[in-house]
Amino acid sequence: MYKKMSLFLLVVLLLSSVMVVSAQDKPFEGQTIRVVLSNHAWTDAVAPMIPEFEALTGIKVEWESYGEEQLNQKLTTEFIAGNAGVDVFMTRPLQEGANMEMNGWYQDLNEYAADDAEFDLADFTEASRGATTFSGTLTAIPLVTEQEILYYRKDILEEKGIAVPTTLDELYAAAEALNDPANEFYGFVARGQRSPLVTQLSAYVYSYGGDWFDRETYTATLNTPETLAGIEMYSSLLKNFGPPGVLNMHWAQCIGIFNEKKVALYTDASSLYPNLLDPTKSDVAEVTGVAVFPAGPEGSVTYDITAWGLAMYADSENKDAAWEFIRWATGKENSLFIQGEKAQQLARTSVWNNPEGIKSFPADWAAAVAASVGARSYDRPLMTAVTEARDIIGGVVVTAIEGGDFRAAAEEANVQFQALLDLEK
Amino acid sequence: MLSRWIDKHEKWIFPLPAVIFIIVLMVFPILYTVWNSLTNWTLTSRLPTMFVGFNNYIQLFTADPRFMASIGRTFVFTFGCLIVQMILGVGAGLLIDAKEYRGKRIVNSILLLPMMATPVAVAMVWLLMFEPTTGVLNYLLKQVGLPASKWLSSSSSVIPTLILLDSWEWTPLIILITLAGLATLPTDPFESARVDGANTFQIIWHITLPMLAPTISVGALLRFIDCFKTFDIIYATTGGGPGYASETLNIYTYQNAFYYFKFGYGSSLLVIFFSIVLGCVLFVTYTRKKLEV
Repeated sequence: MYKKMSLFLLVVLLLSSVMVVSAQDKPFEGQTIRVVLSNHAWTDAVAPMIPEFEALTGIKVEWESYGEEQLNQKLTTEFIAGNAGVDVFMTRPLQEGANMEMNGWYQDLNEYAADDAEFDLADFTEASRGATTFSGTLTAIPLVTEQEILYYRKDILEEKGIAVPTTLDELYAAAEALNDPANEFYGFVARGQRSPLVTQLSAYVYSYGGDWFDRETYTATLNTPETLAGIEMYSSLLKNFGPPGVLNMHWAQCIGIFNEKKVALYTDASSLYPNLLDPTKSDVAEVTGVAVFPAGPEGSVTYDITAWGLAMYADSENKDAAWEFIRWATGKENSLFIQGEKAQQLARTSVWNNPEGIKSFPADWAAAVAASVGARSYDRPLMTAVTEARDIIGGVVVTAIEGGDFRAAAEEANVQFQALLDLEK
Repeated sequence: MLSRWIDKHEKWIFPLPAVIFIIVLMVFPILYTVWNSLTNWTLTSRLPTMFVGFNNYIQLFTADPRFMASIGRTFVFTFGCLIVQMILGVGAGLLIDAKEYRGKRIVNSILLLPMMATPVAVAMVWLLMFEPTTGVLNYLLKQVGLPASKWLSSSSSVIPTLILLDSWEWTPLIILITLAGLATLPTDPFESARVDGANTFQIIWHITLPMLAPTISVGALLRFIDCFKTFDIIYATTGGGPGYASETLNIYTYQNAFYYFKFGYGSSLLVIFFSIVLGCVLFVTYTRKKLEV
């Protein structure tokens, strides 16, 4: 009896010591966080690893994922209602960043990241940290970055003896030469939907020396000769050599038609690369080339932006657990895997400097991206009412593609855009 | 004591849950929307939210070309749908009813299928078929030697295409209503008409349609309200594009509220929207009463 009793006590003692140890290992045991993500390739790369994180920390992660616009709408309505159970969310600094920061929905991550030597915040490029910092608040840890580049069909260009376009005029000439609508083959494609097209129009406008507005004086510049020249080039390419359904095309439709071998040239974001160059997803992987965005009179002025960041909700009730998730997802080890294996373009310098980190990128793609690094940090107007501004700008381009008087439309749009800017001075 | 009190006030107590339900879920949101429409509540603005009177309405009617255009478009779409669906629906109803044959019920069920499908799924399928380059519709048109259409991706063809899509889905409802109406008609007037030597067309025009009129007008009213409020198929196919060419009042309101986060302005659009639908319904019920008397 006595023996049995002591054996029992021993077992209890052992078990409890094991439990104490594991509790020290997993300080967050029993906590649950809600993570709201976007339907993005980054999410596809991270989601399968979440169980690992749960096993590692004891935090239970309830994650969900939405299309980018639905994500913004859902988060905004939940945040306004004030009872959001959100802890961590994906966010687009250039789209909703200024608005969400103004409404106080971002937790300043400097408080968590600045002193975390292992996390090494300084490892993120200065540009990407700048992009997610609004008036001193680090609103998000940078995730993916992107630049505008030119995708082209190597086989078609070779067959017709056309060199890869290095200027916008050459791009126009090449699109004209390759366009063969009678056989349902088109010279050029890019986004034609009113709002989505604005970001890809930007490099055209910049390369002609234009911009959306003067950031010193907040004066709208949609009607300047430079901006108009950019709009004219973009819309003429689509009007004259684009597929007939182009006005309803977002990047997914553009990629669709490019993958069906019906288009020769295509300008869009570098981050779409896995959709075109990955043989498991694309029919044209073998024959797709990548080049630097063609130069205008001002040279090749593309954008180099931080498209997505990972943020913490200011009123989160599990901030420490939320930070644990963010530092795990964007940490060095995971970043190396997500960029190296999953070909996502991240913002950590150490990953770019590691041969393992760049092994899935083709040489021409890497060269085009490298040439664009350090370009303009915005691909849409840097302001709070971005969505409305994009509609105003995109409307001009749609008018132009449909063959309307886009100069008159640009004058009108400039007045509307100025009214919007005046509210933000 | 209590039970006697309940007995005494039965007429108040029993409807109470329904009344509370309606107040909380309908009256309050409408009043709250009206209140919001009188403020400048905008999420992207640094200005504090405050009462601005009828400023939103003044701006809508004097300085917002997108609003005026969207109202016009909404009416074009609504009446386009109504005309197509009423003619096709009543016509098909009469045809189906004209003769008895084997398998009639099966034909009826098949005709009703489009109505059962989820609008967004329907829209996605049609979106693929309408694709000018890879869609099946242009392929078929070319096979029979007709020129290809841009369908949803041109400003001039987008509204007719949406009318086609909406009619494909909702004409069966009118067929159903017509068949129900036909089933209730007495047979005597038809027999006496035949005896008097009326031909089929005369019977339809002078007897069937006038007798069906009350039923058809209910169907038309239902379709009117629904078409006017159409959101799903437009949002899922074009989102209001190309440009603004299919931006109806409903889509424009949604844009304002959930893309621009202008809740005050969006609310004033909703109030106008509500007033138009209410006005039209009152007008139709009023004229129906007049006609029947």
